[in-house]
Amino acid sequence: MAEFLQFCFSGLTVGSVYALVALGFTVIYNASNVVNFAQGEFVMLGGMVTVALLAASVPLPVAGVAAVFVAALVGLALHRLAIEPARGSSPVELIIITIGASIFIRGVAQVVFDKQFHKLPAFSGDAPIHMLGATILPQSLWVLGGAGAIVIGLHLFSEHTLVGKAAAATAANRLAARLAGIDTTAIVSLSFALAGAVGAVAGILITPITLTSYNAGTLLALKGFAAGMLGGMGKPLGAVLGGLLLGLAEAFGAGYVSSAYKDGIAFIVILVVLLSLPQGLLGKHSAERV
Amino acid sequence: MTKRFRLLPLLAAGAALTVATAAGERAVAQDIKIGSVLSATGPASFLGAPEEKTLRLYVDTINAEGGILGKKLVLVVYDDGGDPSKARTFAGRLVDEDRVTAMVGGTTSGTSLAMAPIFEDARVPFISLAGAVEIIEPVRKYVFKTPHTDRMACEKIFGDLKARGLVKIGMISGTDAFGKSMREQCLKVADKYGVTILADESYSAQDSDMTPQLTNIKNTPGIQAVVNPGFGQGPAIVTRDYRQIGVAVPLYESHGVASKSYIQLAGPAADGVRLPAAALLVAEQLPKDDAQRPVVVGYKQTYEKATGEPVSTFGGHAYDGLFILVDAMKRAGGADPTKVRDEIEKTTHFTGTGGMFNMSPTDHLGLDLSAFRMLEIRNGDWYLAQGDR
Repeated sequence: MAEFLQFCFSGLTVGSVYALVALGFTVIYNASNVVNFAQGEFVMLGGMVTVALLAASVPLPVAGVAAVFVAALVGLALHRLAIEPARGSSPVELIIITIGASIFIRGVAQVVFDKQFHKLPAFSGDAPIHMLGATILPQSLWVLGGAGAIVIGLHLFSEHTLVGKAAAATAANRLAARLAGIDTTAIVSLSFALAGAVGAVAGILITPITLTSYNAGTLLALKGFAAGMLGGMGKPLGAVLGGLLLGLAEAFGAGYVSSAYKDGIAFIVILVVLLSLPQGLLGKHSAERV
Repeated sequence: MTKRFRLLPLLAAGAALTVATAAGERAVAQDIKIGSVLSATGPASFLGAPEEKTLRLYVDTINAEGGILGKKLVLVVYDDGGDPSKARTFAGRLVDEDRVTAMVGGTTSGTSLAMAPIFEDARVPFISLAGAVEIIEPVRKYVFKTPHTDRMACEKIFGDLKARGLVKIGMISGTDAFGKSMREQCLKVADKYGVTILADESYSAQDSDMTPQLTNIKNTPGIQAVVNPGFGQGPAIVTRDYRQIGVAVPLYESHGVASKSYIQLAGPAADGVRLPAAALLVAEQLPKDDAQRPVVVGYKQTYEKATGEPVSTFGGHAYDGLFILVDAMKRAGGADPTKVRDEIEKTTHFTGTGGMFNMSPTDHLGLDLSAFRMLEIRNGDWYLAQGDR
């Protein structure tokens, strides 16, 4: 029982990290149908900028807020300098542009920061919480809580604000949205900034657990993307569900089957889900919204 | 018409450049050229960068003191960015165009193994700075190396375990090249030390939680210690999770984490962890009569003063390689690659940062287990572990 619970906790810890990264994907996808592969770099920037400011003896909350702003600005710049000039290209071409952008951001980060691994102090200490013979670090709860808060925030934004509804309209049909008087360029631009901010928040929350370095974004983006697809691309709740499922699959794979095949087991879960539900766990609902 | 005129100055500049290079090459024909292909950038840059700084620093020092046999040393450095195929290209350039006397370099096992055949064919001595035992086994006539091997690290750990009576162990290894290779070597030498491996788990290099694997090890009856062959950030996370789920038996890390960044990343969880490492990390703690003390203290102080960075064992490998070569050239009385090779092979009682080197035609490394010290981490710093001399 204790063993089972420990695997659960491990799965929730890793899964909530994936969920947080996956959430960033949904924002841009919802406004423009583009899967932004530079999302992992936003997460990296959140962690690395905070680490750098902390090293310059800026207090953690201030450093964190600054990092969120930096990542939002990078998101804006990504849209203005790379996506907007390619306006009218198909989503596939835009996706390839974001892959290029991710390589560029990684390169710049390598020069601006350094190539070492860094960590942030855990927000509420390193003492594990004991429960029925298993343990979980308090930081995991921060990550879970952060994912929950972002889901609620995004829900309120898209369902209860005019800008959010404009974003949904832009995603559904850009021409129709523009005819209805929505400044679609500004909306997409805003979604990039928001995705940068969400990514940075994720980066700050997960760095005490995952550590970070200039190239930490690559793997996170892959796992986050997988989690997003699993849950249904564009659904915040689906992103969280997909992330947690992926994390649990890895943890139980490593615990009960073999640590050598743990990634393989996670991929089998993804394959099975996507074969039976090609839109992901919550994907169908999003098609009905139009 | 105007276009052609605009081209003229360019052509002239080009011609001038050609002349200048030719003159430059003539001038250095008197000097001794040493080549080096390093991974100064890219994923292995934390190894390659200190190696490059060390080589440049000491070549300058040697030249300032009058060079070798009255000749100036010229160091030709290429950066392969960690890419074996680039390293191969640069190795060819060192041999064909730069015509170096010898090469000290090859930051990673991958780049070293890719370059070895080129130097072997060209009959130019190559002193590698990488870990894998495959570089010198089987022996290649012109290929040597200075860092200790992962097999030696395993033997050092198992020796310590045997001395403490902790012979039933669990292993958790990274699945990257370093972790895989060291795990295999550990399995090979376990019998020799009477060590039984009861649990054998693994993790991918970029995983962020290893508690399931560690839980399985913790729940294996009879476990007396845990060994973690790994490299990079993985071991720091293993160490943190090890304390999180409260495994009570001693934890051993590998020489792959013998840098301050491991202690920094793992934090207080690293307290009590043991690992094998070169004497360089505990330079000032070595006993006064230790043969290695003057060498490691000297290198540490020189490097830290010149670069303002803490010393690492990797730069030490470059130091050892350079001075083994310098000594060999002095004994050979010149820069003839074949004669220098013969003298490198005859290196005996050379005290470097990595230990005492005694090479032979069958051993192109020449280090024994005394090259490793068993260290223990206490209060965020390294100390010589009890019982280690």
